[in-house]
Parts: sequence; structure tokens; C-alpha cells
Amino acid sequence: MPDAVPPALIYLLGALIVPFLRGRFRQIFALAVPVIGFVNFYLITKGVHWKVELLEFELILGRADGWSLLFLHIFTVISFVGVLYILKDNVALDLSAGLLYAGCAMGAVMAGDLITLFFFWEMLTVGAVLCLLARKTPSSGSAAKRYLLVHVFGGVVLLGGLVLHLAAGGSTAFDKIELSGVGPWLMFLGFGINCAWPIVGAWLTDTYPEASIGGLIFMATFTTKTAVYVLARTFPGEPVLLWIGVVMIVLPLFYAVIENDLRRVLAYCLVNQVGFMVVGIGLGTTLSLNGTAAHAYCHVLYKALLFMAIGSVLYRTGKSKATELGGLARSMPATCLFCCIGALSISAPLFAGFVGKSMIFSASASGGHGTIFLVLLFGAAGAFLMAGIKVPFFTFFNRDSGIRCEEAPINQLLAMGTVAAISLLVGTFPHQVLYPMLPDLSVSYEPYTVGHVTDQILFLLFSGLAFTLMLRAGWYPSEIRATNLDADWLYRKGGPLFYRLADKSLNAINAAVGRRFLGKFVPGVTNFFESGGPRLACFIMTPIWAFQRLTPEETDAARHSVFRRARHGAFPIGITAFFAVILLGLLSLLMRF
Amino acid sequence: MPSPKPSPHGTPDSPAPRRLFTLLAGACGFFLLLDLVFRLTGFDKHPYLKWEQWPGFYGIAAFVACLLLVTVSRFLVRPLVKRDEDYYEKSSPDAGGKPDA
Repeated sequence: MPDAVPPALIYLLGALIVPFLRGRFRQIFALAVPVIGFVNFYLITKGVHWKVELLEFELILGRADGWSLLFLHIFTVISFVGVLYILKDNVALDLSAGLLYAGCAMGAVMAGDLITLFFFWEMLTVGAVLCLLARKTPSSGSAAKRYLLVHVFGGVVLLGGLVLHLAAGGSTAFDKIELSGVGPWLMFLGFGINCAWPIVGAWLTDTYPEASIGGLIFMATFTTKTAVYVLARTFPGEPVLLWIGVVMIVLPLFYAVIENDLRRVLAYCLVNQVGFMVVGIGLGTTLSLNGTAAHAYCHVLYKALLFMAIGSVLYRTGKSKATELGGLARSMPATCLFCCIGALSISAPLFAGFVGKSMIFSASASGGHGTIFLVLLFGAAGAFLMAGIKVPFFTFFNRDSGIRCEEAPINQLLAMGTVAAISLLVGTFPHQVLYPMLPDLSVSYEPYTVGHVTDQILFLLFSGLAFTLMLRAGWYPSEIRATNLDADWLYRKGGPLFYRLADKSLNAINAAVGRRFLGKFVPGVTNFFESGGPRLACFIMTPIWAFQRLTPEETDAARHSVFRRARHGAFPIGITAFFAVILLGLLSLLMRF
Repeated sequence: MPSPKPSPHGTPDSPAPRRLFTLLAGACGFFLLLDLVFRLTGFDKHPYLKWEQWPGFYGIAAFVACLLLVTVSRFLVRPLVKRDEDYYEKSSPDAGGKPDA
């Protein structure tokens, strides 16, 4: 049996080769990369592989254990599905960006040391920026700039933390880190920026809706889930994560209710669901950490499915806003079906979300965290109401928008069908498919108890009932075209404000310095170097000329001659030699003292 | 029988959604009843917290959560954060560099 190679290598090479291929060759090659990735995945054995010596550090490109292999598996699945979804248009930038992004995410989760992790972590940003640029609209261009700005800042924070951590005697081991001292706190924050924590994570809902339809599938999967993975490895059981997670669960939902762009509604729900994972990490028990891993796996599936369904609508109609859509179920019945499966996959029994998220619920309830449990309930109801009901309802049902379009292309339907099938498979047979892959196999969990299933059905039915009643009573806020202020204001408005402030203050200093330095000092220096020599020469020569009894006119002529000769560098050799002798004489005199 | 009137969302109150609504309400009632039966017969649902044993707890929790979420969003969050759709484009240097004349 051949040996496995680092999965990142396959994808990065693939991303490099894709732009050089044309037509059908490019399509076949792009799809072959994730297929090879899959074969490679099954060749990887548990343990530590692919060590590389670099300077004094040992880089580990492959640490294969329950955690990393679970994330590697779902990343491989999504890389295949994502490439399949965008295969028809065959855009080199889209395909290449997706493969590069996937490769970096895989490199990060397989990393066995912090330096390798940092490298791939930073490269993730490149993948995401390319996914944004692939949309090729002016607003996606500016979104790419904002994305880059925030993530370069995050990268610097992480690098600063890493350097301080190593300088303080910390090891490069990618394992649990004590959250004490400036270094680990900066690393914690650096990871949190990618994890879309409150305020620092505003980049997510700001930029994701601007991505290309395929790029968004990759973006929704790789950056935040890599961050969840890294936090689960480095800071499990940190109590502060509980409260960060709680805010992530609650706050985005309010925005989701009033948001018009349905891709942004899904992005808000993405943050909400990542909040569940962060709470799971914060609880830090084996059950909650397993729950985080399982939920991450399932969440990637249904979020990708929902983003694909809305992506297909955008592909066919050019619209993704609730005010512009509606009644598309007749035009796009298959897409509608997959969107509804995506909605059910959030938390309905028999689908993926049910067997993943409920572990975090059980972990919080069994740990006696009553308040957290109630927040999780609120978050689950809200997420289902938004991503599960609002998005399909305003797209495919509701009033007829008058749009008549074709069904999504076959490759997009195949991609959605694949994810829907996996979601059903995972949800129906969790003990065969998902649970054997979880990080800690010592805890057993049974999602399908009579009580749990009936409770969950009750939960979902009443969410639906609440939505219907509110809609009929006119209580549900109407969808309107608007921008809702979020923390991205800080860099979208605050950034330019800072720029203007800096412009006013720093440029004033600059101008003052310019006046003093360039206006006075520099001409002075120039003058010194230009006429300092002849002035000195004249200073020495004046007593000699006086001694020679020259008239004032002759003295002036001699002085002019010195200046002229100095400017042209044309002293007679005799005089030059004379000065040289004087200089040497002076030097030899000085040497004596 | 009143004639179909458009709701605020323009959804005609046609018989099909009405049937669906009846179905939904019926299902809610059925599972609420089932939960009550579990409680009365002392069926063990393996609860962790005492609230979980209250009949219909999950249904009521979901209903209250959705109502709370939508109400707060509509009456508190939207008035606070709502701006024009082109709020960021108006003065953005990326949008052509000059504000609309």
C-alpha cells in the first residue's frame, strides 16, 4: 500500500496547476484533486507524520488523531462538493482559490506544531480573499480589501502572541496552552478573530455575502471551523469562552431577523452556530468537546447546503434579497427541496444537526449550567427560525415575486444532493458514520431516545407555529432594504475617520517638519558642503594674503579664484600638495600628544 | 365566508396555507398532548434539569424564544441600527471616490 502524503500538498499543487489547464481538462483535473484527497485520507494512519527540520525548529506537517482526522474528513468532503458545485462555469480563479483554501485549512488542522499552524493559518486568508475576488464585482473587491485588512491585523496579533509565548519559554507544541501572560492572551485573541467572536468577528457577516457562490461554500467551512479546531486544542475548558459563546449565540440572531440579504442571514446564523461550538469548548468536558467536534462536522454540512441553495438562486436570478425573491418553488423545485433538507438538517431528527448539537445541550445540562442551557435553547430556536424557516420561506414560498427561471444546473444539484444524502446518512446512522470518528471514544451518547425525539419535534413545531402566527398577525417585521449597523462600522466608518484624523494630525506634523527641516536645515547643510571648503581655505589664506601685502581688490580676486577652483575641483597640484602636507603635518603633531 | 385578504406580506390568505396552518397547529397540539401523557404516566425521558420534566417545556420554550427574538429585533434592534441601504457606499473611497452629487 502506498504511503499517504500531506493532504495540503495535494491541494496546493492542484491549485497551482489548475490555472494552466483549459476546458474539459481543467474540470477533470479540478475534480480529481479532492478525489485523490479522499484516497489519501484513507491512507493516513493515526500518529505523527512528515517531520521537517527548519532552523532550530522541528515542523510537524501531520498529526493524525481523532480531532484532526474528523476535521480533515469534513474538509475533504466540502472540497469535493464545492468544486463540483462550481465545475460548470469552469473559472480558473474560483477553482484555484477553492483548492488553495482547502489545502491551507487541511494543513492547519494537520499541523503538529504552532509554527506550521501559523503558516497555514495565514495562508487561509489568501484563499478567502481570492474567493471574494472571484465574484468580480466592485463591492466584492472592496470586501476583499476589508477582509485582508482585518485578517492581517489578526495575523499580527497571533504572531505577536506566538513570539511572546516562545520568548517566555513556551514550546512550539500545538497542545493545551495556559491562558496566562500577554503571549497566550494575544494568541487567544488572534484565534478568536478568525472564530468570529463578538466585535472582532464582524468581518464575517460584512464580507461573506460578497463572495462568489462557490467561494462562499469554502469560506463558510474553512476559516471559522479551523479556528474552532485550534481553540479546542489549545484552550479547552477556558471559562471565558462560555460567555464569548453565549454572546455569539444570542446577538447575531437579532440581526438575522431584520436582515434583508438572505446570504447575510445565513452568515449571522453561522456565527450563532459557531457560538455553540465555542460554548462546547468552554465547558471543556469530554462530552462537550465531542459535541463541539460533532457539531462542527454537521454544521459544515447543512450550512454548505443552505449556502448552495441560495447560491443557486443567486446564480439563476442574480438576486439574494428577501424583498426581491419569493415563490421560486415552482421554478426551482429541486433547489427548494434541498434547501428544505438543509433547514431540517439544522436540528430535526434523522438529519445531521440533531445528532451533533444535542451533545452540547446534554453537556451543559448535565454539568448543571442552567443559564447556558437556556441560552442554547434560545439560540437553537432562533437559528431554526432564521436559517430554517425565514430563508426558505422568503425565497421559495411567500408571495410570488414574478421571477421565472430555470432550475439550478445539474452539477449544482448533484453537489447539493451529495450533501443532503450525507446529512441524512449521518443523522440516521450516527453510531456507524459519525460517532466512531469523534475525538474521545470513551464517552457514549445516544441521541435517539423517545424523550429527546419528541422534545425536539415539539421544539421545531412550535418554532414554526410562532413564525406562522407572527406572520399572520403582522407582528413579524417586514423585510425592508436597509443597512444594519454592526461592529464592522468600526473599520468601515471608523477606519476612514481614523484616516482623516491621522491625515489632519500627522500631515500637520509632516508639514511643520517639512518647513523646518527641508526649508532651513537641508539648504544649510548643502551650503556647508558646497562652500565650506573654500571658506575654510580663505579663512586660512587671509593672513597669508595680508602678509603678502595684497590690495583689497587683489584679495577679492584671490578669494573668487579659490571659490571657483573649489566648485570645479581644480586646484593646481602644487596647492593641493601644499594643503596635504599641512594636513599631514597637523596630524603628525596631533599624534604626539 | 370572508374573501381572501392580503396579509402585510402580501400572502393571499388562500385555502392551501390555511390547511397547512391547521395541520401545523394540529401537530403542535398532538405532541403537546403526547408530552402530557408522558408526564402523567411517569415515562422517564432521562431529563438533566427539572424544567425538562414540565409538560410541553420544549414547545413553550421555542415559542417564547421566537416571540422574544422577533419582538426585540423589531422594536429595539431595528430602530437602533437601521440605516439607508447605501450607507457605506455614500462616502466610501472604493465606490468611485466621490459622493453622489
